[in-house]
Amino acid sequence: MNIPTGWQIDIGLEIHAQLNTKSKIFSGASTLFGSEPNSQASAVDLALPGVLPVVNEAVYAKAVRFGLGVSADISRVSAFDRKNYFYPDLPKGYQITQMDLPIVSGGHIDILLEDSTEKRIRITRAHLEEDAGKSLHEAFDRYTGIDLNRAGTPLLEIVSEPDIKSAFEAVAYARKIHQLVTYLNICDGDMSQGSLRFDANVSVRREDSDTLGVRTETKNLNSFRFLERAIYYETVRQIDRLEAGRSVAQETRLYDHNKDETRPMRSKETATDYRYFPEPDLLPVIITDETIAKIKAEMPELPTQRQQRFIEDFNLAATDAALLANDRNLADYFEATIKNSQDPILSANWIKVELLGHLNRDAVSITDSPVSAIQLGDLVALIQAGTISGKIAKDVFAALWTGETSSAATYIEQHDLHQLSDPSALEPLIFDILKANPKQLEQLRSGKDKLMGFFVGQVMKQTQGKANPQEVNNIIKRLLQETV
Amino acid sequence: MNLNNATITELHKLLTDKAISATELTQHFLSRIAENDSEINSFITITPEVAIEEAKAADLVLAKGQHTMLTGIPMAHKDIFCIEDIRTTAGSKMLANFIAPYTSTCIEKLRHAGTVTLGKTNMDEFAMGSSNESSYFGPVHNPWDKTKVPGGSSGGSAASLAACLCVASTGTDTGGSIRQPASMCGLTGLKPTYGRISRWGMIAFASSLDQAGCFTRTAEDAAILLEHMAGHDSKDSTSLNLAVPEFTAALSEPLAGLKVGICSDYFKEGLEPEVENLVMDGIKELAKMGAEVVEIELPHTKFSLSAYYVIAPAECSANLSRYDGVRYGYRCKDPENLEDLYKRSRSEGFGSEVKKRIMVGAFALSAGYYDAYYRKAQQLRRLIKNDFVSAFEQVDVIVGPTAPGTAFPLGAKTNDPVSMYLQDIYTIAASLAGVPAISIPVGLSKGMPVGLQLIGNYLEEAKLLRVAHQFQQQTNWHQQQPQSNLL
Repeated sequence: MNIPTGWQIDIGLEIHAQLNTKSKIFSGASTLFGSEPNSQASAVDLALPGVLPVVNEAVYAKAVRFGLGVSADISRVSAFDRKNYFYPDLPKGYQITQMDLPIVSGGHIDILLEDSTEKRIRITRAHLEEDAGKSLHEAFDRYTGIDLNRAGTPLLEIVSEPDIKSAFEAVAYARKIHQLVTYLNICDGDMSQGSLRFDANVSVRREDSDTLGVRTETKNLNSFRFLERAIYYETVRQIDRLEAGRSVAQETRLYDHNKDETRPMRSKETATDYRYFPEPDLLPVIITDETIAKIKAEMPELPTQRQQRFIEDFNLAATDAALLANDRNLADYFEATIKNSQDPILSANWIKVELLGHLNRDAVSITDSPVSAIQLGDLVALIQAGTISGKIAKDVFAALWTGETSSAATYIEQHDLHQLSDPSALEPLIFDILKANPKQLEQLRSGKDKLMGFFVGQVMKQTQGKANPQEVNNIIKRLLQETV
Repeated sequence: MNLNNATITELHKLLTDKAISATELTQHFLSRIAENDSEINSFITITPEVAIEEAKAADLVLAKGQHTMLTGIPMAHKDIFCIEDIRTTAGSKMLANFIAPYTSTCIEKLRHAGTVTLGKTNMDEFAMGSSNESSYFGPVHNPWDKTKVPGGSSGGSAASLAACLCVASTGTDTGGSIRQPASMCGLTGLKPTYGRISRWGMIAFASSLDQAGCFTRTAEDAAILLEHMAGHDSKDSTSLNLAVPEFTAALSEPLAGLKVGICSDYFKEGLEPEVENLVMDGIKELAKMGAEVVEIELPHTKFSLSAYYVIAPAECSANLSRYDGVRYGYRCKDPENLEDLYKRSRSEGFGSEVKKRIMVGAFALSAGYYDAYYRKAQQLRRLIKNDFVSAFEQVDVIVGPTAPGTAFPLGAKTNDPVSMYLQDIYTIAASLAGVPAISIPVGLSKGMPVGLQLIGNYLEEAKLLRVAHQFQQQTNWHQQQPQSNLL
């Protein structure tokens, strides 16, 4: 199903990025994911009578980093507010957030469109707030379980302008934010743990209309795919309604990935008036020029800068540079690899093909790779030096991957895998193979060059892949000429 | 010597002279509570085991000579301060079963200094009230006349001290909740500068106004207590990060050259004539002691009550949202669903005054009304603050009545909320501005105590305490006792 023509789509995203601090934003409790329910809920997180929030100041630097990363204004004075609503996983009955004076405002990020042109998406604001706990509706018959481990985890809510015009653009923007926050080391970016979650505000209007249509907000999308599907569904749903002469209700919706559709949230849960007011338990947040200058000086290289450096310094192809620079951990891995290998292009190839192949096959993340960058660097250096062939190197890589060995050099020694490049050793072997295959030899002589591959293959087979293919080629050519 | 109405200073001497042990002193007050409190109802929870244990520890400290001025001094604490393993109710059915798992900073400091915890005192529910009649645990009776209220919200703390059931007590003051009951019970009641004492562990009513303080027999005792209660606390972002002055050091300085401000707004319609006369006599006394009396203006102070009754309910409407029946406290029977759980737990768990204020506050914050109410009230608050800043450029302290009248009969104002709210008309401005203030006894009107309020500049508790102390050197109103104590 395609999106009907004659319509313009306007999308604004609210992205909740969990900041990767060790402790919560207003209490000293740990933010570690996956612990026993409620084992990381302190008196403050439980909202016991008489407790008070104290800001974990580590969140300020992270928010400022983000602001600098999107060329935004950093508020010298920002403030916290209370957002009031009742829900069992919100222990205080209000969320501490920033309404009137967010720490970051303005800013933008550029995304790459399908036609390879760039488009600028404006960022309205980014503010600090606390995450809620989790309501567990499934496991308890007729009851809801409450886990407050997540309550108070620091969030940076990043709000875009409605500059996004399609599900594709939304995903491109979301990925770019994901890339940025992980690069800035302010969020671990682990979508499976909810570290980055999206709310999509979607509206449609006739192409000739100047005013935005009525929007719906689809909340809590926790993957790029769900984001894409939900927007797609909402777009089509809204256009269908309008084309049928019906209206779109301004409401909050949820995406059901099993049915691939959005549904309105039960109206009870969509509080209409949050009664915001300044949080009297906290002082205004003051960020000085010196602090901003210091954070600026410590800013890591951003993805586009790094990609450019990979091209200029290492001569990588643009696509390879983009692939490697896209993920900060992968880029770090690449740079660690070339420290040992001294060969950026060969290293890039090995990461691209062999390493990523294995990571994808076994669904392992780069940070958990069983083959370290040092090990891979050593392996690439051995290939580069001609110590082993590329084919043998794949076996060595496999042995490193499974943990059969921890050192390529040792493994090569133990299994006698050194590449055979010595012509005096290879020549008799090749001579025998040529003789043993007269028919193929005849065809090769008559100019069928592809038979070359056949003979190289035979030699490789005989030597269990240890022969240097280039050398084998040379010897075959020489022998052909000599016997002419 | 009569232990009943002895001061901290006097008892400290007895304790260090070994004339009495902390255990004996504690037992004396526990007995008095057992004998007398049924008629006063000033305690919600009495903690004899804790008290005896602490008293024994105090005796060991005294024996080693490592004591403070407070070692072995039996105190009563308003039931708004969390104390670990002791029930902490805030005077509400909502928390009638709540055993605090931690101790508030203020009480921790007092215990660290060696005080003995006799128990937790009665109070208006969540500190909302001016007569101690909104408590789930029943009204408190004024020891001066048991048919009358003790004032509120710290009514139990005031009455327990007036009835000689403790040596000193803690309270909290959001709009007058220490000063007004001190006035009505003939005590010295101190509300320090906002932020002087940590709010950690003190159950919140209105966060930007709540301030801990104390009830004592003398200003000197208040100075001793404040030295131990005050100080920065990393657990309270609004607590002042300043060194604690030696409040006792300046007490003896004479008043010559002191400028005392009086504001005509504090002597207008609504003030009982006899109260006015006694307050004016008190001011004359200060003048006799060398103070210069200066007329000042606080042009926005007349808006205090209106601003307060927007800001305090607004903050309380959010502060009390945590009492939802989910994690602790009162939960209704057999909730049908989440909404029913919320509605009935809160409807049944809160009393009517609390519910009234939550509704007023939620209304003032709601979309479309915020600008007209909450924002306007905050603007007024700023103007009221500015008034004080200007006034303190001219004078050292501002003096006036603490409350418009003396203690009124139980039930007299329960159906007249405006008249009840007017009880705090003279105390609220200092709360909104965050400046310190103290109420001291200035005489008796028809046998009931009247309080004189002294308001000081930010952080100038030492000056307030000095004026109060000097006044108490020249007068004996603070030594007056309810008849019932003398029986």
